[in-house]
Amino acid sequence: MRNITIFRARSIITMNPARPRASHVAVQDGRILGVGDLSELEPWGNHTLDDSLADKVFMPGFVEGHAHAMEGTLWRHVYCGFFDRTDPDGRRWSGLKTLDAVLDRLKAAEASLSDPDAPLAGFQLDPIYLDNITVTRHDLDLVCATRPVGVLHASGHIMNVNTRALELAGLLRQGVDHPGIELGDDGLSIGVLKSPEVYAPVARHVGFGRSVTDADEQGLRDFARLCVRSGTTTVTDLAARLEDEVVGMMLRVTGEERFPARVVALKFFMGHTPEDLVNRAVELKKLSTDRLRLGRIKVIADGSIQGFSARLRWPGYHNGAPNGLWYIAPAQLAEIYERALARGIAVHTHTNGDQATELVLDTLGPALTKHPVRDHRFTLQHCQLADAAQFRRMKALGMCVNLFANHHFYWGDEHYRLTVGPERAGRMNACRTALDTGVAMAIHSDAPVTPLGPLFTAWCAVNRITASGRVQGESERITVAEALRAITLGAAHTLHLDGEIGSIEVGKRGDFAVLEDDPTEVEPGALKDVGIWGTIQGGRKFAAGDL
Amino acid sequence: MSGAVPVTIIGGYLGAGKTTLVNHLLRHAGGQRLAVLVNEFGELAIDQDLIEAEGDEIISIAGGCICCSFGDDLSGALTDLAALSPPPDHIVIEASGVAIPGSVAASVSLLAGFRPGAIAVLADAETVRDHARDVYLGDTILRQLHDADMVIMTKTDLLDRQAVLQVRDWLGATAGDAEIFEAPHGRLPGDVLLGPGASGCGHGPAHHHDASFESAAIAVDGPVEAHGLAARLADGELGVIRAKGFVEDVCGATRLIQVVGRRFEVLDSPARDRHILVCIGRSGGLRRAELRRLIQTGRTVP
Repeated sequence: MRNITIFRARSIITMNPARPRASHVAVQDGRILGVGDLSELEPWGNHTLDDSLADKVFMPGFVEGHAHAMEGTLWRHVYCGFFDRTDPDGRRWSGLKTLDAVLDRLKAAEASLSDPDAPLAGFQLDPIYLDNITVTRHDLDLVCATRPVGVLHASGHIMNVNTRALELAGLLRQGVDHPGIELGDDGLSIGVLKSPEVYAPVARHVGFGRSVTDADEQGLRDFARLCVRSGTTTVTDLAARLEDEVVGMMLRVTGEERFPARVVALKFFMGHTPEDLVNRAVELKKLSTDRLRLGRIKVIADGSIQGFSARLRWPGYHNGAPNGLWYIAPAQLAEIYERALARGIAVHTHTNGDQATELVLDTLGPALTKHPVRDHRFTLQHCQLADAAQFRRMKALGMCVNLFANHHFYWGDEHYRLTVGPERAGRMNACRTALDTGVAMAIHSDAPVTPLGPLFTAWCAVNRITASGRVQGESERITVAEALRAITLGAAHTLHLDGEIGSIEVGKRGDFAVLEDDPTEVEPGALKDVGIWGTIQGGRKFAAGDL
Repeated sequence: MSGAVPVTIIGGYLGAGKTTLVNHLLRHAGGQRLAVLVNEFGELAIDQDLIEAEGDEIISIAGGCICCSFGDDLSGALTDLAALSPPPDHIVIEASGVAIPGSVAASVSLLAGFRPGAIAVLADAETVRDHARDVYLGDTILRQLHDADMVIMTKTDLLDRQAVLQVRDWLGATAGDAEIFEAPHGRLPGDVLLGPGASGCGHGPAHHHDASFESAAIAVDGPVEAHGLAARLADGELGVIRAKGFVEDVCGATRLIQVVGRRFEVLDSPARDRHILVCIGRSGGLRRAELRRLIQTGRTVP
């Protein structure tokens, strides 16, 4: 028998213009055998008709082109964010609107710990929404004074810790002199640790792993469960260290019979010479399976705009802060690009500031002259401040861009007020310009920085509403259809996977987002509220309610 | 704490000669266990003949030294090094080409068991001014130079004397208080970079291997005002570019004095049998008589 399953849906949005809508899709061995109405599919022969989802709307499984598997790992800690957010178990955690609420939730978690010395960690605190209050060690001492307590901010750049945590890390002493550590009247740190180098020595005492960005086994499974809940069937782990034993674990876990997502893990550049880095990517590529795709590189060029560590062109930061930091030397970036082009390895480069984007454009041009590779799909990740001229250069160089649409909602007001000012804030994450220029475009969440949820990401790009409710940069809005393409085929394109996923058509993977409503029929403002039943991944059904 | 492991930071852009300097240090470790942390491993980062054994993350080097990469986890790598048995006597961080060395030093200062030593920034005499004008790199290069305790000019042998002096003047105006040395092939004596005693000659007689430098070892009999003495040594007038020594403070406690260019520190120390201060200066630049008078008379504050 050929094991054909035909799924019946209320409607199937195929993203294939030749057959934009259908009622049935046939899947065999995890791949799409055909799309159409039942009569068109029946000639394939014996099949099982599955009409359990006949009242649902199918879309191509969503593709998240910029996320980190640590999203799964973080949920072992206490959620302290301002906005409601759903955990891997499907529990919806309410957003906390006051510091007292944050402390109360931490206290409740503390009360459930049996080991008196066990650390307690929270994540996703964002004081921007709490009137920019400073959370001190004394505040966290109210949660518990005897065990180490720490809370990581949503930005990932700052950690608040209690007195015990400072003590364990040897930082509760006079004479600490560091720009990232504010001292109180007593000459001691107030417990606010700014930048990862500063909080790294303390983080391990409060329960964060040493490699905060790497997922472990449970974290990877939890990450995949969040994928199901958000309709995502292919997800990136965009900055993975990918050491041998981690790769072994990832191969094993993603290979489990019921692992519900395809993970595209990019090799993080730090700690390797360009030659070694590219060699490793070539070796990793050979290990790829259907559900673990390896052999791409992630480079970070600059820092973040809200952390004032992004590299900006003139006139720089709106509040006068000095220019940010490079995370790679221009000459090394050039060498990575050249070697990667020569070996057929795609490089995704994080740029936030427009000067960092300019450096990438200036660097890739000459590299392509040396190695004229067609269809390289080198991708700019975030690329938040690019202007129209830079998009034209991306187009000319054949680059893709993955814009940080969610960021506009969460930090758009900060950019308007503080970091880059009204004019540049309005052009950030310029989806309209990208599409009008003909640059292949995706949009992303950068989970865990913002929640994994491609429909929410699409909503952000369509509406460009900030957290305070303002529309910022109205001319950069895109249509619902364009946004839906960006979270499917658009993201697939940046990963060279658009021939396999991103639309529902014969030969592609049987990956579907199974929705309660038709996102093209709801108001654009309600796009984020479309219910998600779950996914079908490689022909396997995953109901969010059963996870 | 005088027991903390000193950490010297070597900065400067790509091609300035950081790796050459590190190789020179490893060859002249003088019996010290030196650990070198590099941003990334490269096949040529460490001269092949120095390597005894090579693992994924650690290279063992003749004479007990090691080299390992830290990537984006400096504090983790330092913590791992401190856990070695025996721990290294001195750690050298070869910072990435775009790292801001002062930030690296500040991070080191937060870690229990370590203390920042000198910040040495290498400047390729041929290219440093071009880099300082580069639209992408300029401000980074200037910040690196600004953070330096010492600027080491390399490749000076490739320029004529006039050009070298011009670069030197420019560096002098750019790098503030930093001492500026010329070391065409990274051959800066270990004790200038790491501090007296680091290459085994600090406790010996008052001479120096390298004709460019001289050192003086002065017995410190009787108590001195340690803080004032250290400040005087660091004010530049006595020709001291590095100093290290144990003294008895006026309160009777033993202190470790360290001077790196214009910076100094005074640390608590366990009691010692002998109190000796070793000073290093440029050849002919050390004002020995005044140094002796300063120490012997105990008149530490002018």
